[in-house]
Amino acid sequence: MDKTEKLLEVSGLRVTFKTHGGEVNAVRDVSFSMNKGETLAIVGESGCGKSVTAKSIMRLIPEHIGKIAGGSVMFKGKDLAKLPEKEMREIRGKEISMIFQDAMTSLNPTISIGEQIMEGIIRHQKVGKSEARRQAVEILTLVGIANPESRLKQYLHQFSGGMRQRIMIAIALVCRPSILIADEPTTALDVTIQAQIIDLFKSIQQKTGVSIIIITHDLGVVAKIADRVNVMYAGKVVESGPVQDIFYNPQHPYTKGLLASMPRLDADRSIPLSPIPGTPPDLFAPPLGCAFAARCDYALEVCRNYQPAESNVHGKHSVSCWLQDPRAKKMLAAMQAPTGT
Amino acid sequence: MIVSDDLFIPMRKDNLNSEAIVRPQLTFWQGAWQRLKGNKLALMGLVIIIVLGVMATIGPMISGHEYSKQSIIMKNKAPSGTYWFGTDDFGRDVFTRVWYGARISLFVGFMAALIDFFIGVLYGGIAGYMGGRVDNIMMRFVDILYGLPYLLVVILLMVVMGPGLGTIIIALSATGWIGMARTVRGQVLQMKNSEYVLAAKTMGAKPFYIIRKHLLPNTIGIIIVYVTLSVPSAIFGEAFLSFLGLGVQAPMASWGVMANDGLSTILSGHWWRLFFPAFFISLTMLAFNVLGDGLRDAFDPKARR
Amino acid sequence: MLSFVFRRFISMIVTLWLIITVTFFLMHAVPGSPFEKEGKALNETVAQNLNAYYNLDKPLFVQYGLYLQKLVQFDLGPSTANSADTVNKMIARGFPVSFQLGLIAVLFAIISGVGLGVIAALRHNRLIDYAAMIIAVLGISIPSFVVAPLLIKYLAVEWKLLPTATWGSWQHVVMPALALAFGPIAIIARLTRTNMLEVLTQEYIETAKAKGLKPATIVIKHALRNAILPVVTLLGALIANVLTGSFVIEKIFAIPGMGKYFVAGIINRDYSVIMGTTVFYSALLIFLMFVVDVLYGIIDPRIKLHRKESEG
Repeated sequence: MDKTEKLLEVSGLRVTFKTHGGEVNAVRDVSFSMNKGETLAIVGESGCGKSVTAKSIMRLIPEHIGKIAGGSVMFKGKDLAKLPEKEMREIRGKEISMIFQDAMTSLNPTISIGEQIMEGIIRHQKVGKSEARRQAVEILTLVGIANPESRLKQYLHQFSGGMRQRIMIAIALVCRPSILIADEPTTALDVTIQAQIIDLFKSIQQKTGVSIIIITHDLGVVAKIADRVNVMYAGKVVESGPVQDIFYNPQHPYTKGLLASMPRLDADRSIPLSPIPGTPPDLFAPPLGCAFAARCDYALEVCRNYQPAESNVHGKHSVSCWLQDPRAKKMLAAMQAPTGT
Repeated sequence: MIVSDDLFIPMRKDNLNSEAIVRPQLTFWQGAWQRLKGNKLALMGLVIIIVLGVMATIGPMISGHEYSKQSIIMKNKAPSGTYWFGTDDFGRDVFTRVWYGARISLFVGFMAALIDFFIGVLYGGIAGYMGGRVDNIMMRFVDILYGLPYLLVVILLMVVMGPGLGTIIIALSATGWIGMARTVRGQVLQMKNSEYVLAAKTMGAKPFYIIRKHLLPNTIGIIIVYVTLSVPSAIFGEAFLSFLGLGVQAPMASWGVMANDGLSTILSGHWWRLFFPAFFISLTMLAFNVLGDGLRDAFDPKARR
Repeated sequence: MLSFVFRRFISMIVTLWLIITVTFFLMHAVPGSPFEKEGKALNETVAQNLNAYYNLDKPLFVQYGLYLQKLVQFDLGPSTANSADTVNKMIARGFPVSFQLGLIAVLFAIISGVGLGVIAALRHNRLIDYAAMIIAVLGISIPSFVVAPLLIKYLAVEWKLLPTATWGSWQHVVMPALALAFGPIAIIARLTRTNMLEVLTQEYIETAKAKGLKPATIVIKHALRNAILPVVTLLGALIANVLTGSFVIEKIFAIPGMGKYFVAGIINRDYSVIMGTTVFYSALLIFLMFVVDVLYGIIDPRIKLHRKESEG
């Protein structure tokens, strides 16, 4: 498989929401790309804009609530950010699918699950009911649901939590899309079920070659499944790179903070976890400089009023932080020098 | 971007509050009032209600005519400088009678709503708070009453008790409290099982404190809305009964009685005798309904963005 | 499911019995004899004969027993005001007319109410939404006895499109049905709109969008079905509304339905007619509520589960 082929390229994406007080800048100038067959994780705290980014790719932000204020989302030669709604509907579910956190509320409780799987097939493949049913059975088997024929007639409430998530994945995959966006797919599940679902994602990717964008705040999930990681903070991507680089050579203080607040079995228990103090800024009025400055132990005066530029660390690993600036490095070295000698 | 080299020094954190609250914060009542103020229609309803209240108080006195004074010569006169809303078939001044009727209708509406409020909150509150078997029995009774066509019950009571202002209020209240009781009970039950009440209990809060701090503020909105909406429903009930000949008795006048009397004028052309009472019934009900709706939106926590 | 229907049926019978009992004792608590009119006392022997005919000379509990006994045979007894007529005969004459009128009004209210509510929700905060909600608030605020004269004045008297009053052809049905349906349309439209707006924010609607379904499919298949389910629970109240509303409407339009007999019964203090009508209408309504409950259980698959859980 050609790993370098760019499937999706998001550049300069900006999303704003209307509220009583004015506009909230939920996504501020986000750029990233993803290759065929790879798994990209978008991580960050609640409200950092990771779900909004995903929904913007699918163009699922309701018009009266928010809008894509700028940027482009290139997919197979088309800019999804500007595509007419009618053409966008041909993409959704067929080329790009999405699954949500809570299958209980994300599936219709009054329609049988067979019907909910089949309607996507009938919509996009223009096939008859019996062919749709055959495919539905096939996809249910693929996601590991036993007795798929009899299960088709059942309703949502007749399934367990893990099964519901499998059904949602089945619905998303039924038209063999090239990208699957999973918005916190394991958050609402028990740990044992989480592991099963992650394994399911992996096996599906092997079988179908689908690219996966997984949105999560759980770094454990990221470690298990992702090839590359985008770390988001306050509507911006602050650091991105291959999963090894992010885990073993984090550059942004926020990424370091996230990793330090993750419990580890192999860690010395006498050393306490170090959570990041404070809360993210209100995007109603985003800070002028680096949004993380207020919570950052290494913040410089420059962080207050100037946005850091993106700089390359190594290979595909890049970060947006003033600490990468040669002057900052020089200053830090100078500060350490007197104490060192 | 050119950034001065001087800025590459560790940041002074003194003036940077990471948890600064940027948006204006509103209390429950302030928020509700803000939202109500933004609702032009609801405010209009409130103004109309106030104007109607004032006119019901002074209206019968300013025209210089008495509500029950009959005059054969002056019967069925069209609206004019002397008789602003015309006269009826007994030569009585419709303007005076309309505002006199407003007193009756508003009095019935407010009294019935007030009684509904007391009985409903007490009954629903007790059922919800006690829960279990008490709740079961109390609510079974309410369910039976709820399943009946309430106007039929009211008519039955009126037939038994005989017409009159007091009996109308009693008959309307006899069925009106049911909805309130159900609402309050549901609300209390839901809150009693909520985690924040459980949390308060685990911290040793006394029942009275929980009622005052948690139950009351969270139910008050829905109660206010319900009371506001039961006023027009009682006014409608009174008009309906009067229309069937079970309302207040002559020479007293309510809007329902006047509308009933004026029904024949569709053919005779004395439109003012039907128009004015009908118009004011509708206007009053409209005002209370839009105000009630506005209050509902204002108190609905889900509406808070 | 079957045990639910059975339990619901038993509670229906108990409710009905309670209503009959309360109505009976209420009506017999009215002071004075039903035969005295405008203070004129009747001739002694006539009064005795009348009391004997209506069983009024017997103790109250015996009267109650006799009433129940007749009731299980669907006999509501003779009219108090006119001993030659019976309540059963009145219902046989009046109810078919009221039923026709009521059914048309209810159907009209449901179809236009749901339609209006859905359109308003889909065009939320647009002109048509405001227009629909103005119609709805007017519908709730303007009593049917105000709407009816307006309809008569314009549709019948001024423009001569329809007959003024009475009953007979389909033209006679239009105005009373409109007047009766006006309020219920408003109630249904508001409820449908609220539910629809609520359902449209549900996550499963987003899932449906994410599947690439067309907006029409999403609205009809995913939203509308779930939005109008609660409207079904409103049917009982709606029918009650139309039922009592028809007393007034039948009076205004001089329609020979149940309302006419009932209102005449009120004016003549005809106790057996008032009692009989109350019992008949309550029974009808309770039965309809029972049907609605059972229907709801069939329509909404989630209800079945809750039953199973509570039973098991």
